[in-house]
Amino acid sequence: MIPTEDLIDQLAESVTPVRRLRSPLLRASLWLLGVLCVAGAVILAAGAVHRIAERSLTPGFDTEWAATVLTGVCAVLAAFQLSLPDRSRHWLWLPLPTLLVWVGASGFGCYRSWLLVGADQSLQLGESAHCFLFILAVSVPLAIALTVPLRRSRPLEPMPVLWCAGLGVAALSAAILQFFHPFNITVMDLAAHLAAIALVVLLVGGLGRQVVRPPAGLAGDRG
Amino acid sequence: MDSSASEPADSAAAAVVQVGLRWGILMMQAQSGDAPSYRRLLLEVTPYLRAIARRYHRDMRDVEDSVQDVLLTLHTVRHTYDPGRPFKPWLVTIARRRIADRLRTQWRTCARESQINESLYETFADERANPSEEPPEERVLRAAIEQLPSAQRQAVTLLKMEEMSLQEAAQASGQSVSSLKVATHRAIKSLRRMLSADRNEP
Repeated sequence: MIPTEDLIDQLAESVTPVRRLRSPLLRASLWLLGVLCVAGAVILAAGAVHRIAERSLTPGFDTEWAATVLTGVCAVLAAFQLSLPDRSRHWLWLPLPTLLVWVGASGFGCYRSWLLVGADQSLQLGESAHCFLFILAVSVPLAIALTVPLRRSRPLEPMPVLWCAGLGVAALSAAILQFFHPFNITVMDLAAHLAAIALVVLLVGGLGRQVVRPPAGLAGDRG
Repeated sequence: MDSSASEPADSAAAAVVQVGLRWGILMMQAQSGDAPSYRRLLLEVTPYLRAIARRYHRDMRDVEDSVQDVLLTLHTVRHTYDPGRPFKPWLVTIARRRIADRLRTQWRTCARESQINESLYETFADERANPSEEPPEERVLRAAIEQLPSAQRQAVTLLKMEEMSLQEAAQASGQSVSSLKVATHRAIKSLRRMLSADRNEP
């Protein structure tokens, strides 16, 4: 171990100008705007805009979709806030209320669909595998695009940041899925959505740790 | 109200605010690459960091390691400081998290390493065949603590042996205050059972 005064001299000699991070609100907004542009272009190109209008005729759909989008937005904002050292850890709870509304509204949709089409059809696998793969496939590029700015924050505790990031990209993928999901949600669909979201959160948490690392220190050098 | 009593408190608070402001300005200049300002800032924050580290470590080498750890981290994340926000909370959070990381690493190392048991040097395997020295109470207690599950051992060591407050122990261990309370309660129950069993042995 070198004397602390020598370390200070070394650090002061090696100091270079750095680009300050912009506010987490602005960074999150810019990132979300980017996602909106790309997703909007894809949805327009696929001619899928009218699907949301059709789906919104279903009771409870508007609430469910708004809660999905808001969960994504809140989780992404929370990830940017949590990535900085001096922001409250309570940001972790920001996406929770909308997440609960989203799951509750999806459950209500399932129950309604169960009553309409009966248990046999509700429990068929059908398009559920498609939903599962869609959420995973859309989440991967979004997660990569989100870990790049989060990595720049060098969070001291990456896990809460990555959990929020995983939830954010999974929720945004689920919101985009609704444009390509022209039928009411069944029990199996809901299960597939939840499984895909859980998998995305776990994957982003697990793989993201390799990318979004806390700053290396002396910890572990000496027992 | 006694205004003369509140005056020193007010001036002390003003001094603390001024120090925070000065450090914030020095950090802002350091972000622009101003080496003398950065050096001055690091020299000024070091005693403050040392005081924080001393609350968590007994060994002065650990205190100095933690201080250097925080200085290195501060250097790496200096771009995350927002000059529009107070400097001290930013610094203190970095310090507390790095110290907690160090304590956690030390705990993990301790859990993996095992101390060489003194009885290995004894002539006979059976302890009762080597009645050279009766172990003092503290050694019996420490041996019993070693046998506890890791969460309970950590809780009882931080709170009872190191005499940390619940908040400090929660920071150091990464456990919540309520889980620390539960773990300590269970640890003491287990210790009481273990120690009374030892006493009852023939």
